[in-house]
Amino acid sequence: MTLTAERLRTWRRAATSIVGLLIFYELVARSGYFPAVLLPPLGKVALTLWTTVTDGTMLHHAAATLYRVLAGMTLAVIVAVPLGVLMARYKSVENFCLPLASALMPIPSLAWVPVFILWFGLGNTVAILIVFYAATFPILLNTWSGVRAVNPLWLRAAGAMGANGQSLFWKVMIPAASPFIITGIRQAFLRAWIAVIGAEFLAASDWGLGWVIFDAKEFLNADLMLASLAVIGVIGFLFERLFFGSIEKATVMRWGMVRAAKS
Amino acid sequence: MPEIEIRDVCLNYDTPSGRVAGVQDVSLDIERSEFLCLVGPSGCGKSTLLNIIAGFLPPSGGEIRIGGKKVDGHGMDRGVVFQDFAQLFPWRTALGNVAFGLEMKGVPKEEREAIALEQLRLVKLEKFVRSYPHHLSGGMQQRVAIARALAYNPAVLLMDEPFAALDALTRDDMQRLLADVWRETRKTVIYVTHNVSEAVYLADRVIVMTPHPGKVKSQVQIDLPRPRDPLSVEFLDYQKKLLIELGQMQN
Repeated sequence: MTLTAERLRTWRRAATSIVGLLIFYELVARSGYFPAVLLPPLGKVALTLWTTVTDGTMLHHAAATLYRVLAGMTLAVIVAVPLGVLMARYKSVENFCLPLASALMPIPSLAWVPVFILWFGLGNTVAILIVFYAATFPILLNTWSGVRAVNPLWLRAAGAMGANGQSLFWKVMIPAASPFIITGIRQAFLRAWIAVIGAEFLAASDWGLGWVIFDAKEFLNADLMLASLAVIGVIGFLFERLFFGSIEKATVMRWGMVRAAKS
Repeated sequence: MPEIEIRDVCLNYDTPSGRVAGVQDVSLDIERSEFLCLVGPSGCGKSTLLNIIAGFLPPSGGEIRIGGKKVDGHGMDRGVVFQDFAQLFPWRTALGNVAFGLEMKGVPKEEREAIALEQLRLVKLEKFVRSYPHHLSGGMQQRVAIARALAYNPAVLLMDEPFAALDALTRDDMQRLLADVWRETRKTVIYVTHNVSEAVYLADRVIVMTPHPGKVKSQVQIDLPRPRDPLSVEFLDYQKKLLIELGQMQN
């Protein structure tokens, strides 16, 4: 089969599942069992989405949320990737960090929101820190596992060719552990979305998709809530498929370190 | 002065049932540009000895000098080729792999790529410069590994059964190619193998090792003109002699 035909089929399959879900929703919404104000038909949701996108408010909210996610994610990557490598390389760092991670990890990130509001007040800082908190552990643990799983032969070969310190880190450890690191960042991204919406429920003022949803509840604006959820879904989908998908294709799949599923 | 001096090298392993000698009292001198093969059954300590020379394992006793300098850890005076194809970095092209050592030395990009290209030409892979290792066959990957170990111009090439995982036909090709590479580069080579005919084909001198404890039993000088004919009577005589030394054949 040609590459484009394969690609078309992949997209068709992805579209089928989403369209199926939408039809199911529409059937339930129109069945009349539930009040229309709570379960608005898709047409109404689409209209709300359209007006809020065209007048720019939805985009502004989405941008505010995305900014918080990306800022928190960036901090998490900067901290967790080097720390994960150090944990895998040095027993002392592992002994110090692993109990800390084990104790902090089970605490849901949202449980920190009230505490952080007390410490930092309402606004971006809280949301970014919550995202950072939620995203750090998957990246940390995956990087740690990834470096421990690095083929020792690569380290020997690199050592024999004079790699050490910085060059060993950037040119061997990071690419060698990249299938794990990418998986970690993917998982972290998922957690980051959960965290940012939750943080915005409580800590955001005026901007952010979480804030829109929480605020719309006060006015029984189910259509606006669903429209915001759709925006979250679309952004998540685009990141997952386009961003992470292309990173994977350009790196670990190109290098043959992971392979695509067969048929 | 010999290029490599190995003096009374020992390596002991601590196992639950006590101390085991992996390598016992090995002393060897290896001349510059000599091709030396270490031959022996598994467990005779030939790979362990190679790893000590490479600096991956510290010896329990004795010392090794290369060019008069005592070995302490790995260094760029030695290039190492392993048996496992997975030794190449999958995230680098053939060229990127070969240029790695030069990159670590701080050689500028253009210069190191030119040298790497030259090395790939030496192992007849100039058409696969931009290929990633997973697109290359086992034999090609081992050739990249040889080019990679030679690229930063070490004095000594250490090879640990590099062709053992290849099929017989490819292995014959590889042996011919390595003999050519050695003739052109005149590196000092220490080559570990359990294949007697490979040793006779490649080596100037073959060291026969025996296990439990791993030590040198004897050595055989191979006085045959090159390129060698593996079907000649003299070649087969050497092979027979080594097999007798190894206890694989009665005299």
